Amino acid sequence: MLIEGLIAVAFVAALVVFVSPDEYAGRLAAALSLVPIAGSLYMWSQFDATGNALLGGSVAFETDFVWLTLGGLDVHWLVGMDGISMPLVVLTTILTTLAIVSAWTPIDTRQSQFYGLMLFMEANLLGVFTALDFFLWFVFWEAVLVPMYFLIGIWGGPRRKYAAIKFFVYTNIASLAMFIGFIALVFGLGDSVSSMRLPEIATALRGGELGGFAGLDAGALKLAAFVAMFVGFAVKVPVVPLHTWLPDAHVEAPTPASVMLAGVLLKMGTYALLRFNFTMMPDVAQALVVPIALIAVISVIYGAVLALAQQDLKRIVAYSSVSSMGYVILGLVAYTTYGVGGATFQMVAHGLISGLMFMTVGVIYNTTHTRMVGDMSGIADRMPVTSGIFVAGAFGYMGLPLMAGFAGEFFIFQGAFASTVHSAMPLFTAAAMFGIVIVAGYLLLAMQRTLFGPFRFDGDYEVTEAAFHDVAPLAVLLFLVIVLGVAPDLFFQMIQQAVNPILQTGGGL
Amino acid sequence: MLALQSSPLPDWMAVSPALILALTGLLLLAIDSIDPTSSNSPVLAGISTAGSLFAFAVAGWFLLEGTGQAATGGAISLYGDALVVDGMSLFFTLIFTVVAAMVSIASMDYAAEQRHQGELYTLVLFATSGMVLMSMSNSLATAFVSLELASLPSYALVGYLKSNKGSVEAALKYFLIGALSSAVFAFGISLVYAVTGSLLLPDIASAVSGATGMTGVLGMGVLMILGGFAFKTASVPFHFWAPEAYEGAPAPISAFLSSASKAAGFAVAFRVFVEAFPLGGLPPGVDWVLAFQVLAVVTMTLGNFAAATQENVKRMLAYSSIGHAGYALIGLAALSAGGPNANVLGASMAHLMVYGFMNTGAFLFIALAEHWGVGRTFEDYNGLGAKAPMASVAMSVFMFSLAGLPPFGGFFSKYALFYSAIEAGFWWLAAVGAINSALSLFYYSRVVKALWIEDDTSSLELGSKPVGLYTAVIFAAVGTLLLLPAFRPVIETAQTVAAALF
Repeated sequence: MLIEGLIAVAFVAALVVFVSPDEYAGRLAAALSLVPIAGSLYMWSQFDATGNALLGGSVAFETDFVWLTLGGLDVHWLVGMDGISMPLVVLTTILTTLAIVSAWTPIDTRQSQFYGLMLFMEANLLGVFTALDFFLWFVFWEAVLVPMYFLIGIWGGPRRKYAAIKFFVYTNIASLAMFIGFIALVFGLGDSVSSMRLPEIATALRGGELGGFAGLDAGALKLAAFVAMFVGFAVKVPVVPLHTWLPDAHVEAPTPASVMLAGVLLKMGTYALLRFNFTMMPDVAQALVVPIALIAVISVIYGAVLALAQQDLKRIVAYSSVSSMGYVILGLVAYTTYGVGGATFQMVAHGLISGLMFMTVGVIYNTTHTRMVGDMSGIADRMPVTSGIFVAGAFGYMGLPLMAGFAGEFFIFQGAFASTVHSAMPLFTAAAMFGIVIVAGYLLLAMQRTLFGPFRFDGDYEVTEAAFHDVAPLAVLLFLVIVLGVAPDLFFQMIQQAVNPILQTGGGL
Repeated sequence: MLALQSSPLPDWMAVSPALILALTGLLLLAIDSIDPTSSNSPVLAGISTAGSLFAFAVAGWFLLEGTGQAATGGAISLYGDALVVDGMSLFFTLIFTVVAAMVSIASMDYAAEQRHQGELYTLVLFATSGMVLMSMSNSLATAFVSLELASLPSYALVGYLKSNKGSVEAALKYFLIGALSSAVFAFGISLVYAVTGSLLLPDIASAVSGATGMTGVLGMGVLMILGGFAFKTASVPFHFWAPEAYEGAPAPISAFLSSASKAAGFAVAFRVFVEAFPLGGLPPGVDWVLAFQVLAVVTMTLGNFAAATQENVKRMLAYSSIGHAGYALIGLAALSAGGPNANVLGASMAHLMVYGFMNTGAFLFIALAEHWGVGRTFEDYNGLGAKAPMASVAMSVFMFSLAGLPPFGGFFSKYALFYSAIEAGFWWLAAVGAINSALSLFYYSRVVKALWIEDDTSSLELGSKPVGLYTAVIFAAVGTLLLLPAFRPVIETAQTVAAALF
């Protein structure tokens, strides 16, 4: 019942904060959000799962009972964790608290509602990463949209209404496509499954028990479902060309919401791709390896090039997310331990680093009220600590060794080079690696123009070092980035254990 | 669960939910005749709410005890088989009574300024007892009489705001179309009687299965009966009255009509069509499933598209309620001889149950806004979230739930409905429903956007917080939320009791 407890604590905390007075809401939310952190760390210390939750592995902290029955199919309340969920749960709890603390300065209206929504989102995110029944999972998956819609729409920038609607419509239509794809599979499986439990469906699908449905034979149905689900998840990731909602949402969203969006919400997409597309239908993924790898490479390069062209610091970080998540897709499609495991590791690493970058940009914005590269120069003179963290975070993003980003990208590249799924994989990998150069390019350019050189600032605000509670979350994140870079095995071993069963099939993958 | 194998209660006690409602109505009438100018609305609303909740509790108890269900010897027939108490009627009674309770308690504040308050509650209770009888009707005669018993008070309720032109006009329109539909319905009954020689549903069923002649007359009769139900459920093409009536009526009454009255229409339609015209035994040419398929698709599409173009929130809700009638019609449209009929019919009933909470709540929020003097368009709702956060959270829950977004009750009931339709082989019906449902998010989210995201431009100061309205709105919201984790007993009960019909 530990997982339920974790989710319930976050829900109750959301409710308590929502009705609390505005003055206390921020600190109360931060204090309450420490409970899920403690819970997730405790679970980490007790973690004993082996293998992949969907493929017959033992699952930690599992709860399983029938929730309701619909036409012969049981819907279960089934939650549990394997080596893929655990790191993401820890990431979610930690990042939520840090995002809440980072909101103390910029959020000055309707605080209790803001923090309530953040905690409500945390509860649902924890549900997404632990639910192992499709239905339950979908409920959490969709419920994440609602708080984000409000967070962008109420506390966002000048074009917040447009961005909120765009975010909502894009992701909701994507969910519909994915839902249709999955349900078609369930009907295609017919009597070979008796529930919506993901392990059961994964086993049946990998066992080749799919039949036809609605006029499609098994092969066509599988392909159509794979594509529908891939598109649905790809919007969330997002990959080019489905990424256009992301810069709008990021730029308009308040900093803490951007942190959650880049740090955790994007990972929902890759997590779901791994769980559904790549775990359940490896054969289709193999058949489509060229288009998927191509999409990944294009996302990496195109996202980076777009970032290079931006003048707004937040947009730079936002587009760089498109680029970084492209690596994750590349790792997934490689189908090697290092590729898929590295992709999972990179989800966590990117969550921490992009959170760090967004928060740093937010801190600079709180002081200067501008994010335009051209409006400032030499900020490091006045904000040495913040700038120092910015530089460190940027190096992490570029993949400096002993930082989390390096470990993740290294695993992915190693896995992708060694991949045997297609003879062109090394070629794709090499092309994607050029992304690193461009990342270094835009980050160095941005830093050089804003942080260094003689101090100049086109605005009426006084530029001084940020308050302690603004810098503290940055320092914590930087610390975690380094810890994970120095000791990737904190997570990587458990990830590998969960990933290996995905790669083992009788079909000569 | 206790098994009532040898029931200590006499059989006629099975109609006690209806009796409780009618007696409470009479009690209110008595109070009203002693003190005709009474404006002590807490007492009146309290009695009315208590009576509804008592009927709810009794129906719930019966349902749990298995009264009228297979476990305790099957349906209880009363009064020469004119009424039948089974799981389905008890299930629907739960919907009617809980909506009546919410409407009663909300009317306490809404009607506080009105004269003749006693009548309002009396009429609500009489209409509710009519609805309970509708769900128990086992004969076309009782179906007709109880439908009138539910309708006549409703006409008066719509026109309750006597000095309000809109209210009176709405009542007239509602009454005229209602009278016309009743005539059509009665004529349909007479045609069916002419062919089968009986008004009892089981007798009609056995008569039509052997009938070879007069197929045309029978088909005409079935079609006309269908028209009567289409009126009650606000389905196309008898939906014209709905937007006017819902808009003109006092908002709690709109809630009552669009939730309880609609559910009652479905209750009697489910029983009449399934029992009297069983799919296997109909003469060729009488295919009411096809009619319902057309009706379902047209109703949900038209309702949703019309709702999307409204500027007035109450009218939007009125049209969206037509759209929801279209979803519920899937329960009849996805039936086939030998198909998994109980599942889809049960899913439709479960949707009506969830709908009873979320739609009533939405209209009661409108009542709250009307109480405060907030205008009626989307713009008028701008910034209300900051002024009345709890009620606005509740309204957001209703809107997202009506749109079918998880994690709210409406998601599950819609999902169950569409899933059952696919299971029954009607995946295209589910597809139309899903597309409509996705479209509906557009106009429902407009309300949410107005409440929370749009900037407040009016200088309106909200007055007191009306206790009764708040209680009802929050109660409905909690119901909508709790129906998600507690959906299992709802859907399973619904599908079990629906199975008894086939």
